Amino acid sequence: MPVIEIGNLVKTFGSVRALDGLDLRVEAGEVHGFLGPNGSGKSTTIRILLGLLRRDAGEARVFDADPWRDAVALHRRLAYVPGDVSLWPNLSGGEAIDLFGKLRGGLDRRRRDELLDHFDLDPTRKCRTYSKGNRQKVAIVAAFASNVELYVLDEPTSGLDPLMEAVFQDEVRRIKADGATVLLSSHVLAEVEALCDRVSIIREGRTVESGTLTELRHLTRTAVTVETARPLTGLEALPGVHAIREVDGRTHLEVEPAHLDELLGHLVRFGVRALTSTPPTLEELFLRHYGDERPAAEAAGVNGRRAGAR
Amino acid sequence: MSALTGTGTLARLVLRRDRVRLAIWVLGAPLLGYALAQSVVSVYPDEPARLGYATTSASSLVARAFNGPIAGSDLGAVVVAETYITLALIFALLSTFAVVRHTRQNEETGRAELLGAAVVGRYALLTAALLVVVAANVAAAALLAAGLAGAGLPLAGSVVAAAAIGGVGVAFTGVAAVTAQLSVTSRGANALAAAAVGVAFLLRAAGDVLGDQTDGGVRVESAWPSWLSPLGWGNQVRAYVDDRWWVLALPVALLLAAVAAAYALAERRDIGAGLVAPRRGPASAAAGLLSPAGLAWRLQRGTLLGWAVGVAVLGFSMGIAGDEFNAMIEENPAAAEAIAAMGGGADLIDAYLAAMLGLFALTIGAYVVQAMLRVRGDESDGVLEAVLATGVSRGRWLGTQVAAAALGALALVLLAGLTTGLGYGLVAGDPVGRAVDLGGAALLRLPALLVVAGVVTALFGLLPRWSVVLSWAALLVFLLLGQLGAVLELPQAALNLSPYTHIPSVPAVEATALPLVVLTAVAVALLAAGAAAFRHRDVPS
Ligand SMILES: Nc1ncnc2c1ncn2[C@@H]1O[C@H](COP(=O)(O)OP(=O)(O)O)[C@@H](O)[C@H]1O
Ligand SMILES: [Mg+2]
Repeated sequence: MPVIEIGNLVKTFGSVRALDGLDLRVEAGEVHGFLGPNGSGKSTTIRILLGLLRRDAGEARVFDADPWRDAVALHRRLAYVPGDVSLWPNLSGGEAIDLFGKLRGGLDRRRRDELLDHFDLDPTRKCRTYSKGNRQKVAIVAAFASNVELYVLDEPTSGLDPLMEAVFQDEVRRIKADGATVLLSSHVLAEVEALCDRVSIIREGRTVESGTLTELRHLTRTAVTVETARPLTGLEALPGVHAIREVDGRTHLEVEPAHLDELLGHLVRFGVRALTSTPPTLEELFLRHYGDERPAAEAAGVNGRRAGAR
Repeated sequence: MSALTGTGTLARLVLRRDRVRLAIWVLGAPLLGYALAQSVVSVYPDEPARLGYATTSASSLVARAFNGPIAGSDLGAVVVAETYITLALIFALLSTFAVVRHTRQNEETGRAELLGAAVVGRYALLTAALLVVVAANVAAAALLAAGLAGAGLPLAGSVVAAAAIGGVGVAFTGVAAVTAQLSVTSRGANALAAAAVGVAFLLRAAGDVLGDQTDGGVRVESAWPSWLSPLGWGNQVRAYVDDRWWVLALPVALLLAAVAAAYALAERRDIGAGLVAPRRGPASAAAGLLSPAGLAWRLQRGTLLGWAVGVAVLGFSMGIAGDEFNAMIEENPAAAEAIAAMGGGADLIDAYLAAMLGLFALTIGAYVVQAMLRVRGDESDGVLEAVLATGVSRGRWLGTQVAAAALGALALVLLAGLTTGLGYGLVAGDPVGRAVDLGGAALLRLPALLVVAGVVTALFGLLPRWSVVLSWAALLVFLLLGQLGAVLELPQAALNLSPYTHIPSVPAVEATALPLVVLTAVAVALLAAGAAAFRHRDVPS
């Protein structure tokens, strides 16, 4: 029984069709990455899962219950970190954490203090004086200090610095080890690559890809750079080989995973001196869906988060 | 000067963002001035009536404290005595809110940082806000002059009177420019500026109470504390009587000095920082906070306490004034008639006390609207979403807010009745008995306040995006129907729209149960409709 199951979900705001037949399935115990560009409908989906918004059509079930009808009962089993955390300006951070914990049904004091320490958050400051990153930490600490089965995190690390990002990843691994399920909507692809068992990629309110990272990688091409003793010929005739370029005596090309074997069989005949093969990063997957008008070479270097060869 | 680069562009931005607010202020305040002047003119049509009014106003310490020093028995002087403080406070508070909104609030929300990174000088944001707010004061004062003249007052005096009121706005524009540099939050900056208005009011009240009665008893020469107060300066102009233009140099001088101070402070601090450091809070929550009700109390208690102090002071003063009122109406049959129409009974002192309780109920309506609209504020800024994603149901959350607002309203009307009764009892005898009587009479106003809470709740459920504007509009309509309905002789059907119309005007008339039961039923229906709509709609929407 999946923890979250969404089928053909539709939500419109006036003339804007925010969700247009979205599908999503999150199994118990997994960390599920929920990826999509701004305005693609991630927050809208999450709000429907929390029973805050009403769906127009389609199915949405959380723990096999209807999130709109059974909202309160479900909320006791989950913790939510909103994308844009706002707090009561005249409460201290510590008070806000305790209040959220209590309203959710109780929180683990020891964990709370540990988390405050790990995230380096001063709980005596008034919420109005917190930066965006610190408000985000308040919501994260309140969520991770509650003992729940499902964590719904909407871009939780926007505003955190790299050090805190690492702390966040440790905490997610910890709750996963405790058997919890996590739905993690994110922009940070490195974070998703590091944490998620499976990902769903959405665009304009529709799921365009879903599966494990390995499965998704199979759908796309591997980049290969090769240097041979004799001039390399006959590549164009091979099936599944694309984007062949010669630079400084090396050949760069892209190959579909299914045809990797044939390519290697061909290459050895020319005396391979050096070979690197780079599996596609999530970034490339992502850009393949959203930046398809851009040439692959430019897309791969767009923001320098490329994970390198593995 | 590079520190001012971009001021023009920013001023246009301020105008663009605030075009509706500014229009309401610049048109609304003069219109109110016109309406008030018009009604004073009709209540004191002839010299004997005005002479009586002026003599009472100059003798009464309460009238001096609240209305200021009367300058004589001319029609214009009477109009100034009756309208000045209301209009001056409106100009002062609107000016401070506008300045803070475009300076400190921009910094608080990070907009200023965005603008500061653009090609904008260090002083540009502050200067742009000041230019627009001063211009708004000038425009509103010009229209007010036209309004006063239109109500039948001499033109020259009307220009001076309006300039005096505009001068108050200009003076507090300067004050707000400084408080916006001091506090880190816009709430804090507004509170500091409002406190400055309060101190100015007290200084003026003290100076006017301590002043001498001259000119055959129809005029008050204020003592020195009034000269320390920007609210006092407007009185010292003595519009319509002496037209002392030179006093207007004082608010202009204050503005210039305050702007210089604000620039100096702005020079010395970082964007977003202040000079008054924010206080810290406890590291973990006390048990009392950890429920929707505990949270509501924590968030409301400051506001409620402020209201309680204001209501108590005002109630006590109004009670004490009851005795002087007795003396005044003996001399002025027209005023007596107006009070009797408002209070709706035969015995004039009871009519007066009933009218005061009615005014309190209207004013406390503003508390109810303010308290209830917190729900919408929470929804707009995203807190509601986070709370409703916990184990708290929508019904429980909304119910808690309604209960908190209703209990606050109950406490405030009761306090209003008790203090008014106590004050009147101290001058007329039997303070405890009268406090109990008027406390009970005041409680009868509660159903009207519940209807106000119901209106806001229904709007919040059904028309969330419009709920803020429409809630205040509804209260304003109730206020106008209650205050001007009788004067303007509106048809009963129109007056019936306001819940306040239906409250039996105790102690002027006998209490009857039926209207109270019907009002309560209407309130319950509105609350239920609002709650049902809220349960079935998107959050946030
Ligand atoms: N309350 C709303 N009213 C109107 N449009 C909305 C509302 N909420 C979201 N939208 C629109 O729905 C689309 C999806 O938004 P959202 O779910 O916030 O995207 P994401 O979280 O992926 O950035 C966007 O086009 C957004 O403008
Ligand atoms: Mg979002």
